[in-house]
Amino acid sequence: MNRLALFIPLILCIALGAFLFSSLDKDPQELPSALVSQPFPNFALEELNDPERLVSSADFRGESQNGQVVLVNIWATWCFACRIEHPYLNGLAEQGVAIIGLNYKDNRLLAQQWLAERGDPYQMTIFDPQGTLGIDLGVYGAPETYLVDAQGIIRHRRVGVVDERIWNKEFRDLYNQLVEQASGE
Amino acid sequence: MVNKLCLGLLLLISCELFASADVVEFSDEELRPRYQQLIAELRCPKCQNQNLADSNSPISVDLRRQVQRLLEEGMSNQQIKAYLTSRYSDFILYRPQVKQNTWFLWIAPIALLLLGLLILYRISQRQKSTVPLDKPVEEPAKETLSSDDQLRLRELLKNTNGDSN
Repeated sequence: MNRLALFIPLILCIALGAFLFSSLDKDPQELPSALVSQPFPNFALEELNDPERLVSSADFRGESQNGQVVLVNIWATWCFACRIEHPYLNGLAEQGVAIIGLNYKDNRLLAQQWLAERGDPYQMTIFDPQGTLGIDLGVYGAPETYLVDAQGIIRHRRVGVVDERIWNKEFRDLYNQLVEQASGE
Repeated sequence: MVNKLCLGLLLLISCELFASADVVEFSDEELRPRYQQLIAELRCPKCQNQNLADSNSPISVDLRRQVQRLLEEGMSNQQIKAYLTSRYSDFILYRPQVKQNTWFLWIAPIALLLLGLLILYRISQRQKSTVPLDKPVEEPAKETLSSDDQLRLRELLKNTNGDSN
């Protein structure tokens, strides 16, 4: 019995090592999202290209969206990673994925120029110069992408660039499943 | 000339430092200590190891402003924390609430302290049982020498005394 007790420190060391090793892969920048499976927050903000038009949370409640499954992409012209992400979003839009832009703490003219130069993958772009909707969404860095289902419930959130790898890994299956559900109703 | 230039540069730098500390105005000065306490206890979501008070990242500036706004609206500290955790998750709290997944954090220091004390107690008990302190230490040595050995010892001591003389 006493001899076995001598192994306790070794076992503790191995357990600690295993715990630390398993933590190596974790991204410390990643926050657990508080909004997944919550409804998209209420808001009323101007459209980027059409200041007369007020975009609101009603646009996510199956009325103007026709019960569409949408991606909401938070971007800004000051955000370097958004430049890398943009071509991939253009590609997704061509494949028929509905994307709504949220222009976050930006300048309207610069943002319009950006879309004119790089192509506009967004069905519409919410203009949020103060970052108020950003705070309601818990945005802490651009780019961020939310998958919102036909009922306006946030189903997935990705902080950082969405590229082909991330799309296939995190979004594709869930997106297809949600689209199928929406068309079945 | 160089000295004057250096002095000028220093002044410029200090001006900039002064400008970066933002001035917060409150309608009621009683809100200020609560504001200071809240921004010290809330964590910057972008910069990981800083609180809102220390960080100058844009998101921290926005969240400080939001905390100020919510205080002015008359929210309690608890309500403000709930407002922020519903958006940024528990991550934003530097003082986590006691919940199912955080109780270990709260219990661990006390549990480890008690464990340490227990081990210390056990070690001291064991030492007491192996070394009886109430008996003189020479006593067992006396007992183990047989009468023959005592005789030899005396002989040896005699001889060494004789040599040294």
